[in-house]
Amino acid sequence: MKGPVISPGYARLLIIIGLLVLWEVGARVDGDPLFMSPPSDVAVALVGFLSDTAVLDAIRTTLYELVTAFLLAIVVGLPLGLVIGLQRFARGSFYPIVLLLYAIPQATILPLVILAFGIGPPSKIAFGFTHAVFPIIVTIVAGVQNMNPTLLTAARSMGASRFQVFVNIVLPHMVPAFFTGMRLAMTADLIGVLLAELYVSQAGVGHYTRLFTESFQPAKLFAIVAALAAIAVCLNETFRRAERHMSRWHD
Amino acid sequence: MKERRWIYHLVQLAFVGALLGLWQFVTANGMVSPILLPSLSSSWDEFVDLLWTGSYLPDLEVTLYELVVAFAIAATLGCMVGYLTSRTRYSVRVFDPLFAGIFSIPTILLFPLYVLFFGLGAGSKIAIGSTIAFFPVVLNTIAGFANVDQLYIRAARAMGASGPQMFWSVMLPAAFPVVITGLRLGLLLAFLSILGSETIASLAGLGHRIVTYAESMDPAKMFAYIFFAVIMAVVLSTAVNYLEARVKRGHG
Repeated sequence: MKGPVISPGYARLLIIIGLLVLWEVGARVDGDPLFMSPPSDVAVALVGFLSDTAVLDAIRTTLYELVTAFLLAIVVGLPLGLVIGLQRFARGSFYPIVLLLYAIPQATILPLVILAFGIGPPSKIAFGFTHAVFPIIVTIVAGVQNMNPTLLTAARSMGASRFQVFVNIVLPHMVPAFFTGMRLAMTADLIGVLLAELYVSQAGVGHYTRLFTESFQPAKLFAIVAALAAIAVCLNETFRRAERHMSRWHD
Repeated sequence: MKERRWIYHLVQLAFVGALLGLWQFVTANGMVSPILLPSLSSSWDEFVDLLWTGSYLPDLEVTLYELVVAFAIAATLGCMVGYLTSRTRYSVRVFDPLFAGIFSIPTILLFPLYVLFFGLGAGSKIAIGSTIAFFPVVLNTIAGFANVDQLYIRAARAMGASGPQMFWSVMLPAAFPVVITGLRLGLLLAFLSILGSETIASLAGLGHRIVTYAESMDPAKMFAYIFFAVIMAVVLSTAVNYLEARVKRGHG
């Protein structure tokens, strides 16, 4: 086995740098400044955001919408998932309904959500919530279902009460699934909130994305997209680490 | 167990029936503004009308065209790039986290930019749909081909399989189920993102029609189109789930 010269991590970094250089050269040589801007300008715009209260406010608004929708989704999705996963009757009768609702393309009801909740943050929260709640329910149901039945039988045969079984077996075994659900929910939440902001809004990142596009300021546009992408990657990475950490004791 | 299933279906029917009943009751008594929620019967009439007259055809055609082209691009590129990446373990370790990282970024944010580049028409939808669908396809293709059981490969090599034989008889059948899952995810994601981007800015298509009726305060027609789009989505996902199961069974 001949070993590679550089480690995969460095190779990845080099590729990213290479792409950035290519982009820089391409944009400088043959780029319409109304549509394209080189990464160096984007970096300048990104630094400029730090003192731009309007943009900082937009990011804060979007984060507020994201977090509120996410918390609501957990508060509603977690108990629903547990009930559907643990109760055979609820699973048999209501789980198909949940799956059917999950399959609905939610973009189609976006105008309806705006009509109902207005163009401010509540409609974004509502739309983020409807995106985030289903992954939580579905992963928790799957997590409860995949529990080793021997554990349940063993606990019951040793005389554990329903409550004891729930606290000592079901809850700890559900933790990895819960974190997977939260990660998927966060991704869905982001898509929901951004879609609603792009559709119609007065504040938030989506609003500024539109504004910068329509006023032909590509450097600022790329910068705000990059800022949000960085936030998304960080959130995703945090949940993925937590997920791995939490499921380590498992199996 | 048979009666039990019967009861489940009864509960489901009762639940849906209760929802529809509530809808009709609330709207018939004027408890909700008809602009926000039209009556069930008027929405239903519009829906039946829509199906009868076939007025959905032009929009459906546009959306399906965008979906087919976007999916074709994503599937071709995704499978090719995925297969090439899976050839060496080193390239998998370099590129797999890169694709996974980009996949976690909400690409829909780029949509305004895509509109600038590709216009308001079908071009920008095809571009966003194929960008979003590319990632599940490429990630699953890599996973499928890179995780073929080493035992199969060694056995085939020991029996003197040639390169093409290795690909067609060993690698492809072993990777196929995983790749198919990626293609299914890609198709559904492309459909969702095309509907979403049609809602934001477009000239035609199902998402466009829904928004037009919402903005012209014609909620009964809007609901008719929402029903239609939802049914299309359910049909599409049921069909691809079924196909995936069929293909996997044939390969098991």
